[in-house]
Amino acid sequence: MSYRYIESVDGALPDVDKESVLLKLRQHVPQLRVLHTEEEMRPYECDGLSAYRVTPMLVVLPETVEQVRQILQFASQFQVPVVTRGAGTGLSGGAMPLEKGILLVMTRFNQILSVDPVACLARVQPGVRNLAISEAAAPYGLYYAPDPSSQIACSIGGNVAENAGGVHCLKYGLTLHNILQIKVLTIDGDELELGSEAFDFPGFDLLALFTGSEGLLGVITEVTVRLLPKPGYTKVLLASFDSVEKAGATVANIIGAGIIPAGLEMMDNLAIRAAEDFIQAGYPVDAQAILLCELDGDEPDVEEDMACVEKILNESGAVEIRIARNEAERQQFWAGRKNAFPAVGRISPDYYCMDGTIPRHALPHVLTRIQELSEEYQLRVANVFHAGDGNLHPLILFDANTPGELERAEAIGARILELCVEVGGTISGEHGVGREKINQMCTQFNSDELQLFHALKAAWDPDNLLNPGKNIPTLNRCAEFGAMHVHAGQLPHPELERF
Amino acid sequence: MTTNIADQDQTERLLKQIHEAMARRTPLRIRGGDSKRHLGRPVDADELDTRDHTGVVRYDPTELVITVRAGTRLQDLNNLLRANDQHLPPEAPDYSGVATVGGMVAAAVAGPRRPWAGSVRDFVLGCRVISAQGKHLRFGGEVMKNVAGYDFSRLLAGSHGCLGVITEVSLKVLPLPRASQSLCLDVDADSALRLLAQWKRENLPISGACHWDNRLHIRLEGGRASVEAACARLNATPISDQVWEDLREHRLPFFQTPRTLWRLSVPATTALADFPGDVLLDWGGAQRWVKSDAPAREIRRIAAALRGHATCYTPGVDDNPFEPLPPEILRLHQRLKAQLDPARLFNPGRMYAEI
Repeated sequence: MSYRYIESVDGALPDVDKESVLLKLRQHVPQLRVLHTEEEMRPYECDGLSAYRVTPMLVVLPETVEQVRQILQFASQFQVPVVTRGAGTGLSGGAMPLEKGILLVMTRFNQILSVDPVACLARVQPGVRNLAISEAAAPYGLYYAPDPSSQIACSIGGNVAENAGGVHCLKYGLTLHNILQIKVLTIDGDELELGSEAFDFPGFDLLALFTGSEGLLGVITEVTVRLLPKPGYTKVLLASFDSVEKAGATVANIIGAGIIPAGLEMMDNLAIRAAEDFIQAGYPVDAQAILLCELDGDEPDVEEDMACVEKILNESGAVEIRIARNEAERQQFWAGRKNAFPAVGRISPDYYCMDGTIPRHALPHVLTRIQELSEEYQLRVANVFHAGDGNLHPLILFDANTPGELERAEAIGARILELCVEVGGTISGEHGVGREKINQMCTQFNSDELQLFHALKAAWDPDNLLNPGKNIPTLNRCAEFGAMHVHAGQLPHPELERF
Repeated sequence: MTTNIADQDQTERLLKQIHEAMARRTPLRIRGGDSKRHLGRPVDADELDTRDHTGVVRYDPTELVITVRAGTRLQDLNNLLRANDQHLPPEAPDYSGVATVGGMVAAAVAGPRRPWAGSVRDFVLGCRVISAQGKHLRFGGEVMKNVAGYDFSRLLAGSHGCLGVITEVSLKVLPLPRASQSLCLDVDADSALRLLAQWKRENLPISGACHWDNRLHIRLEGGRASVEAACARLNATPISDQVWEDLREHRLPFFQTPRTLWRLSVPATTALADFPGDVLLDWGGAQRWVKSDAPAREIRRIAAALRGHATCYTPGVDDNPFEPLPPEILRLHQRLKAQLDPARLFNPGRMYAEI
């Protein structure tokens, strides 16, 4: 599919003249930095979903909350859509621009306003990088727990908008579980404080509603995050298996024994080999699957749990178990996993990263089906799996320069997401719906459920000016594009079966 | 998995009653065990009783998720989890066994472990809900990570039935801690807060901390070795775990006096204030129960000065038991209610007169 906004199915957008918008915006928001030439705007044509590019009408880079308010009031008054963008690392096209819209870039809000080591919280502007928060907290022995793989670059505002995850979610939760309060601006320019530094707040849980709303409800101007004491002791082991099923069963056995690892990751053979070629982490390239299991906490507790995990691994048929003897070895074990995406990028001109989540018991079935689909579509698929929380990242390998491969990659990706829904899972565990998975929303939710989502949106943004076309599909879109996916076995492009 | 929880799907009956109420345009007062009737504004309407809509829809302990129908009693759920060495960490009150799971989510009231383990909302993964349009809908799911669409199931947590009728809930559950030990220490409230701040820096495995009558009660939970080490470090008197249940269920003598009961939720590190009444500190100081006959505006003024809010737990004292909302937030509540339940079918006025 093309991810371009299609007015006939996504909803009509107001027709506005670029030159007059530019002129009026400059009057309305003095001192605002505005980019409007093709050249200036090129870096903003896409986010982390880089296969799809759209030139926005205008790019604005405000520096004060007052300017953001003025931009939103301007957008509301002149009916111009607004797409908010943070660091632009999102993988689902949530910050993909609109030709008829303003791209609101929040990167200049990059200040850490305060770190309170007693209350264990930090107040930061939305453009602050995820890792920068942990770095600022480190002198106090504290850190910010959610660690999406893009944490060097991604911004906390984007993390909140996407409810970002990471490899430590099973034990430490998603972004929502690690933020206390946000300040947001509505399309009318009202500033709202959602949440509280106390453990709860009166009224509806608007903090929960806003987190993960992908820029459709308002613009985040400040975030207060919870900081945690760094675990005193951390240990990681690497176990190899001669079958994916055994590795999957082992995950259930570890959790069934009452152990909550800080991280529990699985990689299949193709991902192992790619990672090993790239980073030489010492991964066993003959293994059909490896498990990385990290435990953290007090030393004696970690040692007790580690002994228990080792016993389970032996009983579950692990071929080899290696325990990192020191911090350098621990980092080495993780290096392969953390570089799995770029490693796959080396063995294939392009790859497409999926983000379905499934109940863990469905893993063997889902991996078998992915293998069958891989053969059907003649595209290799490497699997990287946050095994602890069921979040699967199949990486579909393709070459965009070979005609038809991108379309095939999209088609198999769509089938994989539908498979996740079929087994009781979801189309997105942590990357968000954005533009990328907009059609698969029609598989996960029926029209009544989608209508409720639209009603929630209308309470915040009745004119649908904030990030239109993302996150929630119109019923028209589902009728046009969603239906073809609903009946399993019906290929979107039957002609592709000739491959 | 064996359970004595009756498998009774009453969806059709609930839908029928809601459709009738829609046709007659008469509001409904949603109830489970009615154990939290003291909380919030009274609703004068026909009852929609969810208590017989019970049963465990799915539970595989290794998935760390349980899905139950809303009328299932919380106590039954807790017993089932305990039989599998698991629990629901926020330890919501079960009000002598009467409270239902639907009510727990709708009111989102959590027990003593909340600051360390998370809120009721944090453990909600998904739910089924009947909308004010009479449709039975499904949001969220049975997986830990799910960011498809808006997080409506977590918005329902704490919405007191004003946005829909919860019929089924999927909850994240966790293994029971291997070891647990409760202790007490005779100190005044100031010293208690100072000690708690110090122990927080030391990262002691604390999962409960309350203080009243010059006595600090602490619960340690975690691995055997770390709990033992913390016990040795604290040098306090071992006590029974019963205090946490008595606190959670408001059975302590503190709650029995005739004066009005207020709950203040404040940042844990805020200093003690002079209250016109008795104070019990819970949640390591972040939840402060106050017994006082002072006027509501006085209590709310103190709560605001502490950067928190106050809720009146004694019915009939304050017409607006929940903390009044700032005008722009109230407007948003009204717009959400108008979008989702324009006929004000569900629990009208339960939280605020305007919604």
